[in-house]
Amino acid sequence: MIRSEILKDIAPILRDQLVVCNIGIPSQELHAIDDQPTNFYMLGTMGLASSIGLGLALAQPKTVIAIDGDGSVLTNMGSLPTIANNVADNYILMIIDNGSYGSTGDQPTYAGKKTSLAKVAEACGCENVIECRDVDTGEVLQKAIDSGKMHVLVVKCDSGNAKMPVITMDPVVIRDRFMKAVSA
Amino acid sequence: MNIDKKIADDLVANDISFVTTVPCKQLAGVIEEVEARDEIFHIPSNKEDEGMGLCAGAWMGGKRPAIIMQNTAIGVTINTLATLIQYYRMPLPMLISYRGELREPVACQVEMAVHTKALLAQMNIPTYHFHKQSDVEELDMILKYTFMCNKPVAILTDANFWGGYGDQ
Repeated sequence: MIRSEILKDIAPILRDQLVVCNIGIPSQELHAIDDQPTNFYMLGTMGLASSIGLGLALAQPKTVIAIDGDGSVLTNMGSLPTIANNVADNYILMIIDNGSYGSTGDQPTYAGKKTSLAKVAEACGCENVIECRDVDTGEVLQKAIDSGKMHVLVVKCDSGNAKMPVITMDPVVIRDRFMKAVSA
Repeated sequence: MNIDKKIADDLVANDISFVTTVPCKQLAGVIEEVEARDEIFHIPSNKEDEGMGLCAGAWMGGKRPAIIMQNTAIGVTINTLATLIQYYRMPLPMLISYRGELREPVACQVEMAVHTKALLAQMNIPTYHFHKQSDVEELDMILKYTFMCNKPVAILTDANFWGGYGDQ
């Protein structure tokens, strides 16, 4: 499965949660598949989805799912020790690990070679780190939500992107709509 | 006047309850003070752009954030300031240790000091420079201003403000 197929699969689960979605094609795909006020789309700032998600989870009680990518986690790897040492049990970091920089032409990442992000997360002190197959994403994600424990999920999947339109919504509109959904 | 306590008092009085820090020798006292306050959740970050991501999330979650960092971090965070904090119009007080100014003993610090105000000006970031201890009296107003206009605001605090580096 490629990322867009996974997102289609788990859209019914994501719909009821606060979602912080990674820059580029992941946000475009989620926006096209199931746009929700509870989705915060990153339009720039590669790497910070996991940090924004953690800050949001620490600040309020609702479940937060950050949809990140292997390339983006590699670019902000300092986020993993911060997550490990500031446990928010309403936080799930879901890394869609397709071993490539999808938004820039599918160049390979080190996560698709020797580097295991699940092992990195564990070495950083993260608990409840689960590496799973693309087809199992929905089941693993639902269990993580139901557990009420912070999780780091590494979803191994195929490289590739769906053709989706660029998000043209104004960033302040995305943010304002999201904040209203957070406080609702 | 204990400026570390005064700064923490002003943060608390302005309902700032989520503070991320990347340390600097000059900031050690205020970081300790922030850590000690029950009203503030202190979360050290490993890099300043990461810290700004945490602050963005916390603000969307209903908490008022602040970041405490060195001016060298302006070089690290230009993209984050432009494409996250400014693009989504978020407030972010940045209490910045202004290394490389008068009384600085480390020559390399001057190399980023000479770019600091130019970069902040290029980014249209409101910037205040605390040089004397009494300048801290403006902090309360600067914090109110930051959350009034939803912008990142820089407060540069130099060695003279902190009282020098002792015998470093």
